[in-house]
Formats: sequence, C-alpha cells, structure tokens
Amino acid sequence: METSKVRKRMPVSTLVDPKIVLPAIGQSFVKLDPRTLVKNPVMFVLEVVTVLTTVLLLRDIVQGGQSLAFELQIVVWLWFTVLFANFAEAVAEGRGKAQADTLRQTRTQTRAKRLLSADNPERFETVAADDLRSGDLVVCEAGDVIPGDGDIIEGVASVNEAAITGESAPVIRESGGDRSAVTGGTTVISDRIVVRITSSPGTSFLDRMIKLVEGAERQKTPNEIALTILLVGLTLIFVFATATIPSYALYAGGSISVVVLVALFVTLIPTTIGALLSAIGIAGMDRLVRFNVLAMSGRAVEAAGDVDTLLLDKTGTITFGNRLATEIIPVPGVTEREAAEAALLASDADETAEGRSIIALAQDKYNVRREAAPAGAKFIEFSAMTRLSGVDAGTRKLRKGAIDSVLKFVREQAGHDVAEPAAFRAAVDKIARSGGTPLGLAENGRILGVIHLKDVVKPDVKDRFAALRRMGIKTVMITGDNPVTAASIASEAGVDDFIAEATPEDKLRYIRNEQSNGRLIAMCGDGTNDAPALAQADVGVAMQTGTQAAREAGNMVDLDSDPTKLIEVVEIGKQLLMTRGSLTTFSIANDVAKYFAIIPAMFAAFYPQLGVLNIMGLSSPQSAILSAIIFNALIIIALIPLALKGVKYRPIGAAALLRQNLLVYGVGGIVLPFIGIKAIDVIVTALHLA
Amino acid sequence: MTAIGWVQIILYCAIIVALTPLLGGYMTRVFNGERTFLAPVLRPVEVLLYRAGGVDEKSEQGWLAYTVAMLLFHVGGFVILYALLRLQGALPFNPAGMTGVPPDLSFNTAISFLTNTNWQNYGGESTLSYLVQMLGLTHQNFLSAATGIVLAVALIRGFARASAKTVGNFWVDITRCTLYVLLPICVVYTLFLVWQGMPQTLGSYIDATTLEGAKQTIAVGPVASQVAIKMLGTNGGGFFNANAAHPFENPTALSNFVQMLSIFALGAALTNVFGRMVGNPRQGWAILAAMGVLFIAGVAVCYWAEANGTHILSSLGLSGGNMEGKEVRFGIVASALFAVITTAASCGAVNAMHDSFTALGGMIPLINMELGEIVVGGVGAGLYGMLLFVIVTVFVAGLMVGRTPEYVGKKIEAREVKMAMLAILILPLMMLGWTAVAVVYPPAVASMANAGPHGFSEVLYAYTSMTANNGSAFAGLTGNTLFYNLSGAVAMFIGRFWMIVPAMAIAGALAAKKSVPPSLGTFPTTGGLFVGLLVGVILIVGGLTFFPALALGPIVEHLSMLAGSVF
Amino acid sequence: MLKEIRPAIVFIVGLTIITGLIYPLAMTGIAGAIFPSQAQGSLIEKDGKVIGSALIGQSFTEAKYFHGRPSATTGPDPKDPTKSVSAPYNAANSGGSNLGPTSKALADRLKEDVATLKQENPSAAVPVDLVTTSASGLDPDISPAAALFQVPRVAKARSVPESSVRALVESETRGRWLDLLGEPRVNVLKLNLALDAMKS
Repeated sequence: METSKVRKRMPVSTLVDPKIVLPAIGQSFVKLDPRTLVKNPVMFVLEVVTVLTTVLLLRDIVQGGQSLAFELQIVVWLWFTVLFANFAEAVAEGRGKAQADTLRQTRTQTRAKRLLSADNPERFETVAADDLRSGDLVVCEAGDVIPGDGDIIEGVASVNEAAITGESAPVIRESGGDRSAVTGGTTVISDRIVVRITSSPGTSFLDRMIKLVEGAERQKTPNEIALTILLVGLTLIFVFATATIPSYALYAGGSISVVVLVALFVTLIPTTIGALLSAIGIAGMDRLVRFNVLAMSGRAVEAAGDVDTLLLDKTGTITFGNRLATEIIPVPGVTEREAAEAALLASDADETAEGRSIIALAQDKYNVRREAAPAGAKFIEFSAMTRLSGVDAGTRKLRKGAIDSVLKFVREQAGHDVAEPAAFRAAVDKIARSGGTPLGLAENGRILGVIHLKDVVKPDVKDRFAALRRMGIKTVMITGDNPVTAASIASEAGVDDFIAEATPEDKLRYIRNEQSNGRLIAMCGDGTNDAPALAQADVGVAMQTGTQAAREAGNMVDLDSDPTKLIEVVEIGKQLLMTRGSLTTFSIANDVAKYFAIIPAMFAAFYPQLGVLNIMGLSSPQSAILSAIIFNALIIIALIPLALKGVKYRPIGAAALLRQNLLVYGVGGIVLPFIGIKAIDVIVTALHLA
Repeated sequence: MTAIGWVQIILYCAIIVALTPLLGGYMTRVFNGERTFLAPVLRPVEVLLYRAGGVDEKSEQGWLAYTVAMLLFHVGGFVILYALLRLQGALPFNPAGMTGVPPDLSFNTAISFLTNTNWQNYGGESTLSYLVQMLGLTHQNFLSAATGIVLAVALIRGFARASAKTVGNFWVDITRCTLYVLLPICVVYTLFLVWQGMPQTLGSYIDATTLEGAKQTIAVGPVASQVAIKMLGTNGGGFFNANAAHPFENPTALSNFVQMLSIFALGAALTNVFGRMVGNPRQGWAILAAMGVLFIAGVAVCYWAEANGTHILSSLGLSGGNMEGKEVRFGIVASALFAVITTAASCGAVNAMHDSFTALGGMIPLINMELGEIVVGGVGAGLYGMLLFVIVTVFVAGLMVGRTPEYVGKKIEAREVKMAMLAILILPLMMLGWTAVAVVYPPAVASMANAGPHGFSEVLYAYTSMTANNGSAFAGLTGNTLFYNLSGAVAMFIGRFWMIVPAMAIAGALAAKKSVPPSLGTFPTTGGLFVGLLVGVILIVGGLTFFPALALGPIVEHLSMLAGSVF
Repeated sequence: MLKEIRPAIVFIVGLTIITGLIYPLAMTGIAGAIFPSQAQGSLIEKDGKVIGSALIGQSFTEAKYFHGRPSATTGPDPKDPTKSVSAPYNAANSGGSNLGPTSKALADRLKEDVATLKQENPSAAVPVDLVTTSASGLDPDISPAAALFQVPRVAKARSVPESSVRALVESETRGRWLDLLGEPRVNVLKLNLALDAMKS
C-alpha cells in the first residue's frame, strides 16, 4: 500500500555503470567456454556454427577464397552475437554481484562467544563464527555482532538489523514468542542475550542471501526449462529448414556457400531470446531484492506470477494495525464504572495496543483510577486457541476476548447455560455491523458488557484489491474477528472472501482446499504458528521480524516486514514471465523479415526471379545477408535494458494485456527488422562493406 | 472467380457448421459410453466382441497401455493387408485375374493404408482384386479412421479429466467408433452414392463396343461401399487410379458436394466433441474458427489461381481458367475447393489432378499438408495436430500475460511443450529431409514427370503428402520404384506414429493434472484474439519452416510462369 | 502388453469380417436390388450390345460425331507389355496428363491443338475444355461452348442444317444441380446417340 515506504537499500546500478559494464565485458569472453555455454542450448549451437565458419574462413584465407572480406565480416558478427549474449548475462550477474559485495562487507570475521555449558551463561570461549555448529549456544552483549542465525533462548535486546534490512532503527528481540529470531551479521545495541545457533557455516541467512543475489546457484525454473525446450525445438526445425537447402539448390543447378547458409541459420534460430533468457531470470530475482524481498528460489518467483488467491492478514495489511477501544457498554444491571473497572483490571498486564487503549479509555472516559494489581493476581495471556485474556485475582476471574470465547468461559464458570442478555447481543451486533470489533467482558459466570474496538481500514486498499481482481487474483482476509465484524470490514475493504475467527488450522485448511481446486496461494506470516500455512502455501512470504520457524517455512523473506508487499511480489512474478513471453514472440516474429532479406539473396545466382521477394530493396545479395546478421547481433544489445527492467505489467486483465503485448512485440517484431535491416543495408552500402 | 462459385463455397461452409454440433453431440454420447438409438441392432455385436476379446468394457487404460493396444492392433492389420496383397492371385473375388503385388509395393501400400495415408503407387483398377479392395482396403479404411478418431478422443479426455490415471479403453473406443459412428453413416452414404451412379458390383470388367466400333474395357467393382468410408474416414485411397475424378468414383456435382462434406464432417465434429468434453463448447468453436480462417484463406487463393489460369493458356487465347487435369462436371470452383478440403483434412482423395494445378493453386494443398492438416484435419491427425499447435500458442501467449500458461484449465508445462515440439519437429524432418535426398538421387529424379521447379514440387509434394498421411499426389511422379516405395513407407510410418505417441503422452500427462479454474488473469481461449493468435502462430511457424522449399518450388515456378518460361 | 494380444487378435479378425466382408457384400446386395442400373455401371445397350457407360467418356475421332476432351490415358504397348502407349479413354486405366503449368510438353501440345481447332472453326473462340485433358481421362462431358464450337463440323459432315444440330446440343445440355452445384455440361456419348437417332 505505502510503496513509498519501501527502502531502496540496494544500490541501483544502471546499464552504463562502468563498475558493472567493464567486468561484464571481460566476463563475456570467459563465458565463451563451451562448458558454460552448453547450459544455454541455442547459444551453444550458435557458438558451434561460429567456430565452424571461422575454420572455413581460415581455410579460405590459406587457399585464397573469392569473397574473403564478406566472409570475414560475417564471422566477426557471428562472434559478436555470441559475445553480446554473454554480455547480457554478465551484466545481469554483475548487478547482483555488486549487491552481494555490499552484503559481504558486513560479514566481517566475526568472533563468537560460545558457552561452555548451557547452564552457566558466564563461562564462554571465543571462537571464529565459522566454527559454530547448529545447536551451539552463544552469548551476545551490547556492541557484539551476532555470529549466526539463531533463536534467543534467554534475555531481551535491541538489535540493529541494518546490515540485512537497511532499516537502521533498532528492533526488540526477546526470548519466547514471535520475536525470538536473530540473524547473523546484525548487531546487538543494548542488553545481553543468549542465542541458540540454528545454522551451519555457509548456510546462514546472510550466506544464502549473497548466493541468491549473485545468482551463483541459479537453477533453471520450471517455466524456463519449458521455454528452453521450445527454443531447442525451434532451433532443430531451422536446422532441418537450412540443412536441406544445399541439396535443393543443387537440383536447381546452383550452390550455396556454407557461410551464407550459416548466416541464414543463425538469423533464424531464436538467438535474441536465447541470449537474454538467463539475464531475464537473474534480473527478476534482482528486482525482488530491490524490493527488499529475498526469494529462496526462482521457482517461488515464478509461482508468484501464477498466484490465484492472496491470503492477507487483516491487521496491518487491510486496517491500521491498532484497534482502539472507544466505548465500554455494560449489560443492564452493571454500571458503567463497574464494567470499566473490570475492563481495566483485565487489561492490566495486556501490553498490546488494544489492551493499552482499554486502560486509557477506562482512565480517561470513565475516570477509573489504575491501581496496582491485587497481590497474587495471575494474568492470563491471550492465546490464539482460547482467544481470551484476563486475570485471576482471588475468586474474581476476569476475562475479555472474542464474544463466543467469552460466552463459553461464562458457561464453564457458571456450570450451566447462561442466557445471553438481549442488550449484550444487540450491542455486539451493532458494533460488528459498524465495522468495529466487540470484545466481550465477563467476570466468573456473569457477563459484564462489551468493549467497542474500532478498526480503521486503510484508505487505498479498496483500489488495490480492485486492481488485483482485474489481475484475476482473489483476495482473502484473515481475521480473528467474528463473522459479522469480518464481513463488515471485508465489504469496506473490498476483499473477495474472508476467514473469520481464524485459527492457524483454519488457514491451513483454507489453503489446502483452494489448492485442491487447482489454485495457487500466496500468504505472508511471521509467527511460529504461521509456519505450517507458510510452508503449505505456494508463495509464503515470511517477515524478517518473524520467528526463525516462519522464515524457514516460507519461500521468500520480506526484509521490510511489510505484508502489503505480497502484491508487488505477484507483479514481479508476472513481469518475469511476461518478459520471457514477449521477447520470445519478438524473436520469432523477427524471422519473417530475415527470410525476405536472405532468401532472395541466397538464390539470386540461379533463380533471379526470386528478386521479387527482395521487398526491402537491399542493394546486393552480400549486403542483404550482412545486414541481417548485423541486425541480429545488435538487437540483442538493444534489448538488454528491457530484459533487465522487465516488460511493464499493468493490471488490465489477461486479454487486454495480451492484445497490447502482441501488438508491441508481435506486430512490432515483424515490422521493426524490416526497417532495421534496411537501415543497416544503407549504412553497409555507404561504407562499401559489401 | 464467379458469384455462383462463391455461393457454393459459402453453402459448403454453412452446412459443415450446421453438421458440427449434431455429429459432435452424437459422437460425445458414443464416446461417453452412453446408449444411442442404434443400440438395439448393434449392442449385441458390440458385447459379443468384448466377450470374445476378454475385454471389460468398464475398465480403462492409462495412456501407455492405450497406445500399446493401438500399436498391436496395427501390427495385426499390417500382417493381414500385406498377406492379402502378396497372395491376391490365389484368392477369390478376382474376376480381372490380378496377380500378386510385388514386395516393395505391397509394403508401401500396407503401410500407406495402415497409416490412413492411402498413398497409392499403383492404379487400383489395374492392380488389385475385388477381395483386396474389400477385405484389405475397405477394412483398413474403417480401422485407420477409427484409430484417428479414438486417439483424438483420448487426447480430449486428457484435457477434460482432472487427476485421472486413465484416458479410456482402446478396444471399447475403436469398437464403438466403428459400429456406432462409421458403419451406420457408410450404409446410408453407400446407397446415396449408388443412386448417383457409382457402381457396386462383384461382376467382372465390362467389354463395350463404342459408337465408333472400338473396344472399350470398363472397370467396375464394389466401388460405392469403399468410397463411402474412403471419404468419411478421410482415407482418400481411390478405387480407381483417377480417384474422385473418375466418373464412377464421383459421378455428379451432387455426389462431389456430398463427398466434400463427408471429408470435413467428422473432423469438424471432433472440435465440438472437444468443446463438450472439456465442458465449454465455445472452446471447440474457437478451434473450428481458427481452422475456418485458414481454410477460407486457402480456398480463396487456390480458387483465384485456378480461375486465372496459366500463362500457356492465356497466351493461346484460352479463357475459362486452368482446365488441364479437371473434369467438366466439377469445373474450376469445385475442383479448387475439393483440393483445399482434401489436403486441409488428411483425406487425399482428388477430383482433379493437382500436378496440373497452377503453381500457386498447387501450393495451397502443399501448405495445408505442411502445416500438418490441422484445418479440420479429418479424422486422422487433424484435431491432435491442431491441439499441438494450441499448446505451443498457449504457451507463448500465456507467458505474455504473466502466468504459467493454461489451456482449458490445464497448465502447460515442460512435458507438454517437449512432446508437442517432438511431434511438430517430425514433419519438417521427414518432408524436407526426404525431399533433399530424392532431388539429388538420380534414379529418384528420373521419376519426375515435369522438369524445372515443378519437378521439385512433385517430390516435395510426395513426401509432404506421405508424412502428413494425406495420400494425394502430384501424380506425375512415378512413385512405384524401390526408392520411393521404401522411403515413402518410412515417411508415412514415422509421420503417423511419431505424432501419435507424443500426443498420447500429452494426453496421459494432462489427464493426471489438476484442473485450474479460469480467472480474469487467465488468457481466454474462446475469443477472436485467441483465434487470431493461433492462426498467426501456425502460419509463422509453418511459414518459417517451409519458406525456403516453397521458394524453390511453387514460388519460383509462379514467377517463371509470369515471365513466360517453360521447362 | 501380453494382456492386449488376445483382444488385438479378436478385434482385428472381428472388425475385419464386419467391415471388410459383411459390409461390402451386404451393400452390393442391397444396392443391386434398389439401383440395379447404377450398381452395374449405368451401362447403355444398343441392339443388345453394351456400347458403353453413360458416365464414361469414349473416344470419338470421326467428324460426324462430337468429340470429347483430349484424354491422357495410356494402355500397355501391344508389342511390349512392360511399356505403355497412349490409349485415349482407356476405362481400365484412368488418369490425367499431370503436366504442370510450366510444362513445355503441355505448351507444345496445346499450341498444336488450338491451331487445328482454329482451322476447323475460325469464327469462335476455342473453348478451354476442348483442348485440355481431363483429370480422369474418361470425362464424359464437354462444356456447352465446346459442343457448340463443333456444330459446324458435325453439321457439315452429316449434311444437316447447323440449326438442328445446335438445337440438339441445347436439348442435351444439362444445367447445374438445382441451378447451384457443378457446371453446365453436355454428355458426349448421349449427344452422339441422339445425333444418330436424329438421322434415322
């Protein structure tokens, strides 16, 4: 929602950044190694035929061929084509490397204070961070760099996570609960914690992050594999189409030189998309990183593009997280003050925003004085299972919480069925209908009243969800609220569906159910109890502030811990697929013009009638062939920025999007080379190159 | 081109469109195992076959078992047909006293009929006995057609089913297809054809004394019963050498029109079966629309080229179009239309000699076959060839909208793309590869009837037709040589089965997938945009593959013709 | 796979018998009963002798008869049966010329034929179907224009007025089926039979 909030921590390098371009030029030559190139079949084939023509050129030079200058130029441009393809990949990798270097600088040779025994936090030995093993306990004090990923098992500390997230404001990390995870490379600012290391050397979050942005362990994604197969198939078709030509020419009483044949072949095979394919994939990951989202695999990014259903937590995503108490409505027979006192006491130990707002309300509006809690009072913390919190003070058992949970509590306490006062139900319904959250308040077997919590929907979410709907994505709001409240907020926010009074099990069930209907689900979460759902979801974005368990379960981590980013993640996934599709279409569409350039030139010697096909009016057979080859090479360079930036995604529906891309990359792909080849031909002729 | 000509073309299209849902609905019921109105007569026969074969009609097969059953069935068919051809001299129903067919020709012919190609390196009336025509060829006409239909149905089931392991039972499908679809139509159709003047007799050839007193031997035979399935099953193998141009094999303009309808009828209906089975008839209509666009374009070019005639004719002041190799009762329009239909489907019957067509008029049938006869496609390779192109189209288009591509609820992934490419690849390899060999192999060149680019076109047409299992020919080429008999058999065999096995593998893979419900983010495959895109992909992929060969054949011949050259 | 061998044999044999024997033989019986003339080949008898089929063209060379289209059919060479020679309207071996649009052989033949016909009837344009070979080599029809083109020759050879021959041609001309399908045409054998009948 608030995209402006996204911190662009990663250095944004441009194409012309010499720090990237210069090494990339070097890399372009290193990548000529056939063992590297074989991973990209189209480019490998290109290299093979290029080597072949080079050998033939050398033979012709030795034996004294007739059109050496022409052959030399063809061979040079063929090598350029291979190099340009390598350059595209190297630039994409270079941008990732620049980011990785930034990360590496933070990973200094950290020393760790490893505890000698678990029961004595005072005795430790100092070891290198690299020597830590999973399960080791380390102690970190103010100023220490946390040596590895782990969970706090003791203590509270404020931690500066800027190295990972770019956010310099320290965050609180404490043992137990959902904020117990710490990341290697971050710095403890205050206090002292004991951390159980959960990662082995080289597998920490920081290590993985470096590898990811470098693209070092990049594996082809399923869709990329499918596309590669398609490109290999097309290449083979063109092998058949060109390899048979010499025989046909022989029948017609002519002959075709190998160089010309290779030129036709190379311009026909999908070199453009073949050259840019891996750059597109690397750039897609890179775009996510720029959004401060780390995808654990390219597969996850692709899956993001396919997502059908988004599960969004209401709080923080759809509404401003803090629900505030605005009113306490007692049931008949209970005074306002009595209810307010009970509410205050029940919330006394409640440090949540809601709890604090109840205390504030009781004090300000109902003038209840806050006193020290009675001795021996036992506070009941809120849990997702009971959905109640409160206090047991002597015989008084005060509870506040979800309405049905409060009712259940009252019944249990009373030992029999307790009639729900009509006024209570009326108040609850009224609050719920208004979009607020009713919080039940009870003492032992008696209902005291209801607290009205107001939940404010963020102003721009409705447009956002409408855009998602146009993308074909269903939004589902997850909330602990009761169904009436949930429905009210759902309609205000414009989500398609909601799960009210959701337990972690509900989430998991919902995801499984959607998946069994063939849908792909994305969700984000941070708590340990989100872990199963995160693992089950096709795209699970864990918050960096979340628990280690959640971060392990998800396949992406959002360093900004901003749940609304799920939407950008989906867009980036779509952009990745679109860029591949559009450039494939462009690449194939280009072939039409190349045929019209080369076929008449190729057969001119024995079928001059075919000159009619030279609709571009290219000046000579040699210049026609050379121009086509030059165009074929230059278009790769010209498209590198697009491959890195990605084709723009707009949520206008699939049909409109297709029409638009088809027009630009399909029709454009047919028309552009006619113009380009003609222009190059004019230059080639003017320079007397052919 | 004349107005009455276009009226005939439009009438033809309208009737096909009207027949499609009718036949499609009926065929859907047949392949869903539902009872049809013919059950009282045919059900006992059906049950008898299942019982004798030990087939449980309720149990289904996975794609591999289905394919294996189909292949075994073909092995049996091949053995029977080859034996009949070799031994015909010693067998009954042979009033003309035909002797055994030589081994290489028998091999080529057996493969040819087995693969629904019906390429004929022989003249029917001068080579085969009535027994071979009936027991050998008529029966293969039925079975290769039924095989084509049931394979298409199995592939459709792959799209239609979700999380399924099976794609149907081959034995049940082939039996129901033969008994409930092909046979009943053929019975009625045969009688119609005889009424129109087609012979149906076991009597020997007629010796007539002409008005001028010369002797004329008139070949007859059980023609109508074979022609019915030849056309309906898009087989195309003629009883006579001149095929559907022979007055006995196509006596009137009406019989010609109905024959053209019967070529497209079942193929068009299969698109409707597809739509019905995947639960959205519009999906079927979209495919038919794409076929229709390609068809009309082909007809327009071919009709225009033939009506324009050739340079030789116009230089002699002869008007009225290119009548060389055409029959008066059909004229230009019905000949051009027939040529496009027979090659758009995998039929291959001809009512005019394609070899004598103008360069561009003859290029249209050639292109139709090069694309894999996906335009309606007949009952053979048609629908599944089209679906392979759909997979490629949807894959590229799907990417362009930013989703893993889906078609009728099935995600198109690496396996489907791999199999589709494998199948699509085989066409250019066989068509272009064999042509490249033949045009530089002197004995093969010697078979050409025409010199220059037209001779090249003859060879290209031959291998294109055989690979695509069409069977029509630029018939001047002398095909009955050891080289063409054997290389042709290879082309036909690979062209058929190298398509079928990947298509069936796709069927199996798709059936096992979950079905994805469509959303606004799913690219709609029922609208004009999809139809346009599909046509575009077919033309571009096909065009790019075959452009060099076409440039050296029909295109250069056309340009030479305009310049007044002869060869 | 072995499991499928039994059904393979049973279904091959069963379906072969049904479609390869029962079906064609039954159709032969039924067709012969309902349409006996067509089923036998639409034969035309004169004086108890078969003179041809209404559907199969035959070769006419005499001036007094209307001629059909050129025929490219061949027959075995009487001297050497392994070779074939031109045998127009050979109804036991149908086929076309298969000469292409740039064929020199076709161009030469057409030039000759057109010249001959122009001599025969200089007043009319040569109809294209009268010089081009048919697809089957057995085309029973010619276009009305091709018939009318020959009227002067036939009338002269028979010494009858052109008008009566022309009238005969017009009465033997068949239009399109339902004015829609096919092309207008004249059956040469029937026309010549009518011509012979007119004389007597």
